[in-house]
Amino acid sequence: MSDVIYDVKDLRLSFPDMSRKPILGPAPRIEILKGLTFQIPKGEVLGIVGGSGSGKSTLGRALIRLIEPDSGQIDFEGTDITHMGEDELRPLRRRFQMIFQDPLSSLNPRRRVAGIIAGPLRLQGLEGIDTRVNEALDMVGLPRSFASRYPHELSGGQRQRVGIARAIALSPDFILADEIVSGLDVSSQAQVLNLLEELVRELGLTLAFISHDLSVIRRLCSRILVLYQGEIVENAATADLFAAPAAPYTQELLSAIPLPDPDQVWA
Amino acid sequence: MSFLSIQDLTVRLRGNLPILRRVSIDVAAGEVRALVGESGAGKSMIGKSVLGTLPQALGITGGRIILDGEDLEQLSPRARRQRIGAKVALIPQDPLTALNPSRRVGPQITNRLVDILGWSRKAAEARALELLEEVHIPDPARVMRAYPHELSGGMRQRILIASAFAAEPKLIIADEPTTALDVTVQKQILRLISEMQQRHGTALLFVTHDLGVVSKVCQTMTVLYSGMVVEDTNVRDFFASPGHPYSAALLAATPKYTDPDGSLTPVPDAVIRAVEEEVAGFDREMEGAP
Repeated sequence: MSDVIYDVKDLRLSFPDMSRKPILGPAPRIEILKGLTFQIPKGEVLGIVGGSGSGKSTLGRALIRLIEPDSGQIDFEGTDITHMGEDELRPLRRRFQMIFQDPLSSLNPRRRVAGIIAGPLRLQGLEGIDTRVNEALDMVGLPRSFASRYPHELSGGQRQRVGIARAIALSPDFILADEIVSGLDVSSQAQVLNLLEELVRELGLTLAFISHDLSVIRRLCSRILVLYQGEIVENAATADLFAAPAAPYTQELLSAIPLPDPDQVWA
Repeated sequence: MSFLSIQDLTVRLRGNLPILRRVSIDVAAGEVRALVGESGAGKSMIGKSVLGTLPQALGITGGRIILDGEDLEQLSPRARRQRIGAKVALIPQDPLTALNPSRRVGPQITNRLVDILGWSRKAAEARALELLEEVHIPDPARVMRAYPHELSGGMRQRILIASAFAAEPKLIIADEPTTALDVTVQKQILRLISEMQQRHGTALLFVTHDLGVVSKVCQTMTVLYSGMVVEDTNVRDFFASPGHPYSAALLAATPKYTDPDGSLTPVPDAVIRAVEEEVAGFDREMEGAP
């Protein structure tokens, strides 16, 4: 029990489909997550893969309760958070944090790096904010002088480090990373991935890493969840999935990836 | 005799900061050449220079672009537009912003043929239908009447491909045409581009940051760093042994899902410093002999 951080049972979630809303009456609902059941053990690095529209980001947002599921149950360390109100959630939020895809739109352009990292610390009423900000910057390998810079003065990889610093400053147990390297060049991509791997190891974090890129997932994750149209089609250890992908969709996904190799059979 | 010959092209921001540094690239008829580099390398700006669609703040300050034997700078603006319109086409990155959301798909394909190339509307429509069929769009007549939002990303990209081939251009510039798509759709679209390119014998300038894509689609490639050509080679040679430390580092940093726990090597700082040094040296040389 205590070694499972997330226990998800029959999770269902739907949104109103406004494009088909009749003039009168409610819009029909479109099902995004169709009954997902899985667990995330403590210390695991879980990769969540799927095409666009597969529900991978929606699942991530439901896990950290940015959106409320329709039915099913999400237990976070034994606490049922499925339908918890915002007041009850607030003390828990410190323990699950998120890193966003696009650091430019998820970092306030009018605040300096120090203010960005300190924001959640203040909201959580923590002490010694300056020290924590400096420690967070050290951990992500940014010089402390960056505290007084604005996001636009940083490169893409540096901005993403600030996003990571903001998440780890709260010393969370769980971090959700949603496509955090897809906007970066390969050179900074490798740096950010290496950093994330190091932090997971050093801080004993549990990480859910959403990505459409199986190469990146293989490099980082111990287990992989493959989503297709709102359902889990495969949930396997990384090595097993790459050795023998079971679901037809996983096979299709793997065979579609163009490897940097002119001799690859890409049929 | 190459179809497109870019010679010592220099583009500057407000006449000052170099964006492209004496870039020379040749594309033969029917050749598929990749332009590779990280963001800010200037790979898209080469395509834009050829098409004459550089952002206002940028200007060509040196070099020549020779298209099908004609120096574009020597032509009147009107003649230049006409030549480019007839001989070159673009497949853009984002199929949603490239299509007008408030107009049906059909006219967006046919207008170019009618307005720029002077086709009759009827001929243009027949041609559009034929092309939609060629890019494997089911029920093309219905799609011609559809609005872009009614179609999926893959379908929209197919329409832009059809539109690019409509006037039988000799050269197509594809600017990251599959970056916005899922891998499974990307594969279909890349296949389609290759198939169309071969059938029509079109030359292709393929702008991308993805070396995986390069190895599948292209024959030759130019690697850029900070607006400078780092390497100009053919694709097989590049993947066998990259000719420049920077391109080698770029290849090593590209993730490969077939490498079990293969750790990624970020481009080493020493390599970046060396190539920056090279760029600086190049600039000094450029200032010396303008």
